[in-house]
Amino acid sequence: MSKKIITPVASLAHILPEDYRDLVEKGPHGKSVGIKDLGSFKEITEEHPHCAGCGVSLGVRLALAALPAPEDTLVVGTPGCSFFALSQTAVNYSNTAFGNQNSVASGLKRMLSIRYPDKDKDVVVMAGDGGIADIGLDMTLHSWFRGEKISTIMLDNEVYGNTGGQESGMSPEGQVLHMAPKGKNFKKIPVFEMARTAGCVYGARVTIASPKRLGRAVNRAILLARELGPTYVQIYTPCPTNMKFSPADTIRIAKEAGSTHYAFEEFMTEEAALRIAVMEGEQGKIQD
Amino acid sequence: MCSEKKKNRDTIAELLHGLRNKAFITGSEAVAEAVKRANVDMAIAYPITPQSESMHLVGELFAKGHIKDYYRAENEFAVMAAVHGAALGGGRVFTATSGPGTLRAMEMFPVWAGARQPIVCAFMCRGVSLPPSIQPENIEMGMLLDTGMLMLHAENGQDFFDMILQAYLVAEQPDVHLPVGVFADGFFVTHTREEMLLPPEDCCLPPYDPGFAPVPVFDMETPPMRITRDPLLNKSNFISGNANASWHQEVLAAAERARKHIAHFMGGLLEVENPGAKIFIAASGTAVSQSREALRMMQAEGMDVGLIKIKSIRPFPGSELSKALEAADLVVVPEFNAGGWLAREIRATIDRNHRVIGAPRVFGGMTMPPWLIVEEVKKALGAGQSRGGC
Repeated sequence: MSKKIITPVASLAHILPEDYRDLVEKGPHGKSVGIKDLGSFKEITEEHPHCAGCGVSLGVRLALAALPAPEDTLVVGTPGCSFFALSQTAVNYSNTAFGNQNSVASGLKRMLSIRYPDKDKDVVVMAGDGGIADIGLDMTLHSWFRGEKISTIMLDNEVYGNTGGQESGMSPEGQVLHMAPKGKNFKKIPVFEMARTAGCVYGARVTIASPKRLGRAVNRAILLARELGPTYVQIYTPCPTNMKFSPADTIRIAKEAGSTHYAFEEFMTEEAALRIAVMEGEQGKIQD
Repeated sequence: MCSEKKKNRDTIAELLHGLRNKAFITGSEAVAEAVKRANVDMAIAYPITPQSESMHLVGELFAKGHIKDYYRAENEFAVMAAVHGAALGGGRVFTATSGPGTLRAMEMFPVWAGARQPIVCAFMCRGVSLPPSIQPENIEMGMLLDTGMLMLHAENGQDFFDMILQAYLVAEQPDVHLPVGVFADGFFVTHTREEMLLPPEDCCLPPYDPGFAPVPVFDMETPPMRITRDPLLNKSNFISGNANASWHQEVLAAAERARKHIAHFMGGLLEVENPGAKIFIAASGTAVSQSREALRMMQAEGMDVGLIKIKSIRPFPGSELSKALEAADLVVVPEFNAGGWLAREIRATIDRNHRVIGAPRVFGGMTMPPWLIVEEVKKALGAGQSRGGC
């Protein structure tokens, strides 16, 4: 949307909430800002009710800061911890039923392509591991098989956080959790590997301990989805409340995971690699 | 193809009441004929057993350019979620399902209503498992009564055609903006060829304009930009509880406001034949056609019997029924399902509800010969006479 649409007329500006006016005056809409600029612009996410030290809230914040065009980005999710931050954002957010996010996003993206044929409307799925890898796995995979031009971002806290700490398909093997009283007896679902097989043109596995990498991955995923097809970013967002570590240790835990089971990995098709080279070359020139 | 010229002028009256041509087609073909004239932006399909051929035919409409996008999705829940997403994006959508497909997609129907989506879905009612059935019956309607969706029940192919177009007109009114399910009894309507009257192909509904929606379009073009399109789903507290409750009240109120539009576009929520009778058969769907035959048989015997055809199940024509049945002594309600949801609805609506006989009921693919209805009427009259004699 154009900045003009959201700008209030001067005589009515004073009745709008301060955070709205801030967003109009100092928000990221229409600007080229990213994670490195956090703190210098009005963020598009407001205060959230997440637990202290929540990895998901940081993951949402970083991903939102990396959106290439927040003024034309629609986010689709599913009920769960991610909802609490995503419902506080200045981009349109919808969460409807359980696990259906990639189907809703498919219909939405196609309709927006019909209604705005000359404009890029970025449809981004942002949901947790339960929504993407368990209850919605069929719809996740089918949106990839169909080649839908949407980006899927998993906020992987390896547990059902909002419902009180139950085992998810993404929980590590052996982890004792609710509904896994003797420890989880199978491995993490290899969604990242499945993304490549199922037709994603780009995928990245990152943790919240590497904000720069995370931002680059989200940015690439969304820009590539516009032109080439489905993309996937899997972000490790550890949960102190249910995994029973101190809220002060979230980044340390994420960092350790980054050198063990959550090592950074990226894949892309040849076409995507060429496109990235062009895009980032252009960006480099602009920055120079 | 909808002509551009006609798109730009008010063709609604022409579409509903203008010149029509005869066609000898099935109910499934009638669905496609309606969709062809409904200016649908996008349709999504899934072939769960049992599916009618209607969504194949809608696919052909896409191939011919009548619809802008169409695909086969992975299951019924995914279809209903995807049409929801497409409707969020501000366009007109269509899909169809039946029986087990309806049940598999169940979670989405209250979501459609709660999100105030004017989605139109055709239901080709069939049996549900277990035991597996692909036969005609409409038990699924009883399961959808409280989803917030408006529900219209077609008697025949002509109704099915008309009601799909009327459904869009009612659904998209700014003071309604709710999903509408258009129901027809599978096989009897969907697979039967009958003579219908259709308006010319280029006579279409005007395009959907999301600017008239009472909720913001989900396209990042509507200020203010901070839009969570769904009602609060938060921890229980006073504010979120009240927000959710008042939202639900508004969905119910919107359904009430649909009454006047149903009256305007469909001529009423019900139709009464022989209003002065003391004995009535009240029915919806194909049970109405069977009741017409039963009526003829009884009238030939000199009995004074009336018929009430209920077209709108949600909203339910409660006051209309009470009025029509004020002087009636007996109301027989034949149904194509084992649960008897229509008889329950009528019993819950009218006074002196001992007058309501919930029979005959056929299901699992059984037919409903008219004599079965006549027998129930006579049985009830006999029982009444013997009671009266005591």
